Amino acid sequence: MSSNNEVAILGVGMHPWGKWGKNFVEYGLHAARAALADSGVRWQDVRFVSGAATVRCGYPGYVAGATFAQALGWQGAEVNTSYAACASGSQALAAARAKILSGQCEVALVVGADTTPKGFLAPAKGYRPDDPDWVRFLLGITNPAYFGLYARRRMDLYGDTEEDFGLVKIKNSEQGFTNPNARYRKKFTMADVYASPMVAHPLRLLQICATSDGGAALVISSVEYAKRMGRGDAPRVAAISTVTPTFASADVEMPDIATDSAAAAGIEATRFRAALAPKAYEEAGIGPEDVSLAEVYDLSSALELDWIEDLKLCARGEAGRLTREGATRIGGRIPVNASGGLACFGEAVPAQAISQVCELTWQLRGQAGSRQVEGAKVGITANQGLFGHGSSVIVKR
Amino acid sequence: MTAKARVAALEGWFTLDEHAPQLLGTRCTACGTCYFPKQSLYCRNPACESTEFEEVPLSRRGTLWSCTNAGYAPPEPFVAADPYEPFAIAAVELAAEKMVVLGQVVKGVGPEDLRVGQAMELVLEPLSEDAETVKLTWKWKPVPEAAA
Repeated sequence: MSSNNEVAILGVGMHPWGKWGKNFVEYGLHAARAALADSGVRWQDVRFVSGAATVRCGYPGYVAGATFAQALGWQGAEVNTSYAACASGSQALAAARAKILSGQCEVALVVGADTTPKGFLAPAKGYRPDDPDWVRFLLGITNPAYFGLYARRRMDLYGDTEEDFGLVKIKNSEQGFTNPNARYRKKFTMADVYASPMVAHPLRLLQICATSDGGAALVISSVEYAKRMGRGDAPRVAAISTVTPTFASADVEMPDIATDSAAAAGIEATRFRAALAPKAYEEAGIGPEDVSLAEVYDLSSALELDWIEDLKLCARGEAGRLTREGATRIGGRIPVNASGGLACFGEAVPAQAISQVCELTWQLRGQAGSRQVEGAKVGITANQGLFGHGSSVIVKR
Repeated sequence: MTAKARVAALEGWFTLDEHAPQLLGTRCTACGTCYFPKQSLYCRNPACESTEFEEVPLSRRGTLWSCTNAGYAPPEPFVAADPYEPFAIAAVELAAEKMVVLGQVVKGVGPEDLRVGQAMELVLEPLSEDAETVKLTWKWKPVPEAAA
């Protein structure tokens, strides 16, 4: 895909992650106003508002696009709301990009925000054996169990150790230490990691992502519009991949208790994480060797290693070694989660994929302060939703 | 005092044969794709438009894909014993069906006792009990090496 299919990122903004217990609209509004101020675009000039939905905050969350547009003040823009669990933010961005690339508008606002309950995310009540989410909780299989399965498999297949997973947590905690939007700003040590209780073997509490409140927003425009504003050099969205797996999916994914069967003739088992990046690279016309930094979905510290390999930043099974060598630190060959990642943020579901793009934008502008990856030109994100789908976004300048 | 009735925690999901239980899935009669839990409305193979399915018992044995445990008591509808005892969870790959099925591991076996690739077999064990019944579920049990 050529630069004709790129959109400019004019402004980014976030509400700090935390457990603030406020209405999600407040976080979204804060992030949207910050992104608008950062962009120099007047709210009245935005013609499309694309919201990422939250399903835990009642009706306003289901119609997030309209909710944020109302909060900012109705001004006649068109609205959209996208829901794809953790990939909602990327789908909201994709909807806005499509509107701009089709020529239906020049500038759009993308917003996601959430307020989350404490503890395990539990299923709806009642006897509901037709709902795989209910069944897996009946059997005692919570979200961290899936992360544990993936982590343990790495240990037996590639020789990764609990210490390797600990190194990921320590690295991310050091990188996010000074990030003003991060929720957890503490430099953890290996002793801290080992002192935290085992949640899902081989993962401990400090290696599993928490749920957070937070909000993130982007102002994007056509490249022509950016040039007219004198912002032709703004970072651009070069690719958005939201591809599904190809049947049969071999991933044991929340909330299912079994994978697809690949028993039919001509069917091969595939992995959705591995399918996301090739589409993104193809669309951006670049390869993994061009990537300066990556923001990946470390729902567990071990999962960061899977993503590094799925983005083809190293060969399968090599991400543990890369981490031990320091290659994934800021200053290393391929910094991963310079923002601090989910380890420092916790997950604010509809805002998270958007916040990854915010970080890449600050990095590519050279505005990331003590987190700055020197000379960053291309960044890639990886994120996952439910039922084995996710997203990958490439930002370049 | 009479013994409590032993019933399936999920009715119709497995045979109640306590010696050699099997999970009950379905198979597309056109392309052979298997489903667990049962699927009888549409085949998810994109090359197949069949709506005909037959119930099939799944392989009782497979190999360990991975394992973990539940260090904290899961929320409802799981019924946690008091005091809570962590249990292991296994993902087991079935060769004939070419799929991976999750389940608890039998009592007394932890993830440190298991290795990816080892042989596992299906058994029934209590998931929970109330005043009248013991609710059984399928669990994965390591096959002793000599028998594997």
